[in-house]
Amino acid sequence: MAFHRNPKFWLFLICLYPIARLSVLAWTGGLGANPIEFITRSLGTWALTGLLITLAVTPARRLSGHGALLRYRRMLGLFAFFYGVLHLLSYLWLDQFFDWPAILKDVLKRPFIAFGMAVFVMLLPLALTSTHAAMRRLGRNWQRVHWLIYPAAIGAVLHYAWLVKKDLSQPLIYGGVLALLLGLRVFWRHKKQRRDKPAFVMSNS
Amino acid sequence: MFIKPATDIPSSEITSETVYRERRRFLTGAAALAALAVTPAQAALPPYKKNAHGGGETANSWEEITGYNNFYEFGTDKADPAKLAHGLKPRPWTLAIEGACRKPKSWDIDELTRAFPLEERIYRLRCVEGWSMVIPWLGFPLAGLLKQVEPTGNAKYVEFVTLHDPQQMPGQRRAILDWPYREGLRLDEAMHPLTLLAAGLYGRELPNQNGAPIRLVVPWKYGFKSAKSIVKIRLVEQQPVSSWMKATPREYGFYSNVNPEVDHPRWSQAKERRIGEFLKRPTLMFNGYGEQVAQLYGGMDLRKNF
Repeated sequence: MAFHRNPKFWLFLICLYPIARLSVLAWTGGLGANPIEFITRSLGTWALTGLLITLAVTPARRLSGHGALLRYRRMLGLFAFFYGVLHLLSYLWLDQFFDWPAILKDVLKRPFIAFGMAVFVMLLPLALTSTHAAMRRLGRNWQRVHWLIYPAAIGAVLHYAWLVKKDLSQPLIYGGVLALLLGLRVFWRHKKQRRDKPAFVMSNS
Repeated sequence: MFIKPATDIPSSEITSETVYRERRRFLTGAAALAALAVTPAQAALPPYKKNAHGGGETANSWEEITGYNNFYEFGTDKADPAKLAHGLKPRPWTLAIEGACRKPKSWDIDELTRAFPLEERIYRLRCVEGWSMVIPWLGFPLAGLLKQVEPTGNAKYVEFVTLHDPQQMPGQRRAILDWPYREGLRLDEAMHPLTLLAAGLYGRELPNQNGAPIRLVVPWKYGFKSAKSIVKIRLVEQQPVSSWMKATPREYGFYSNVNPEVDHPRWSQAKERRIGEFLKRPTLMFNGYGEQVAQLYGGMDLRKNF
């Protein structure tokens, strides 16, 4: 089988980069003095990056005219979820070592952790309903369920911003990209409504 | 030179000579390399007395201590100071002690470390972010220096001011904090025998990223209280406003004593991760120095005075 002819095969490999990088760093002792923090943060930023890339597919299609880009959106979204799950696992396992009372206290104490958990809960149904079968079964509701990616992405940026001690520059960059991606959607929708409106008025008169 | 024996430290707390030497042998190579990389013409520190306040704990490695730093003058990432602190020029350096005292004085850094005998103190350092290290500092008690300038009755607090020079400290080009970095102690805290002015670590001069050429070390308080690269020590009547208090008064108070029962508004302080360890360990009241310092805070509500 000619896997290498399929762009999805290459995209899959590219999406494994964050994990390959962490493995190489772990192997070569490059994770710094606090490897657990390094791993948790790295997985978290990649999960957020994955969400933003997934959200960039629609604007990229529209701006480039390559409608076929839609084919890669599911894989990108699933990889974002994959890194989100690893990020959560590294918190639960490496950072807290499954100390549930401490985790509960942490979630209550640190709203940003609750935000992170909420993002995970919102992304879970998206991942579970990503198959063709689920799309067919859900019909129009599929779109409604997958609308959850918007609050999830906003929650993820807030989750990041809230954890920072003082220097907000990194979360602001992610927030800026997200604002742009959401802003484009609002702008296009607004334009479409303005275009549709006169026709609607005319049909009524 | 008169060196006061450390009477408050049980001998069991002192790192054994063999352990110390083994550690030293391992470190010499790395330390020599690092020293070469910083400034080839570094003046050697005067001889020092070996001593320990570490609770018998193993010190973190040179790489850990010099590669993982919060020193926002060189960037907010903990790897930034090691990368960007090479531009700091720790010699010549003047430390001025002024304010409410009879004999204010400006010290050249090398005269200072010759005048006040250095001793090694192995202290725990607990960062407000929830991690900790054990560090073999080289320094002298701040009390000696303060006594020498003869504080007046108006001296109630001590303020510490870090160098302000965006040329040498690129992190100061962004207004992350209100530069220069300021910290403060109550006079009795500053006079406490555990409070150290450190000029070295692991038997060598302080690397730039650790606050060269002279920094404060207050082991029972969160790390940010221990101001680095100090140019000015002022005796004052009013409680100083530290840079972190000014930045987020709700999150950082004047005292900032290590306290597992008083959480940071955004995270728990009950546990900490010792750098190099996998499982978190419980944080100790006053970072384990309660026996020596708790009486400083008798009758105070530490929840209010956080």
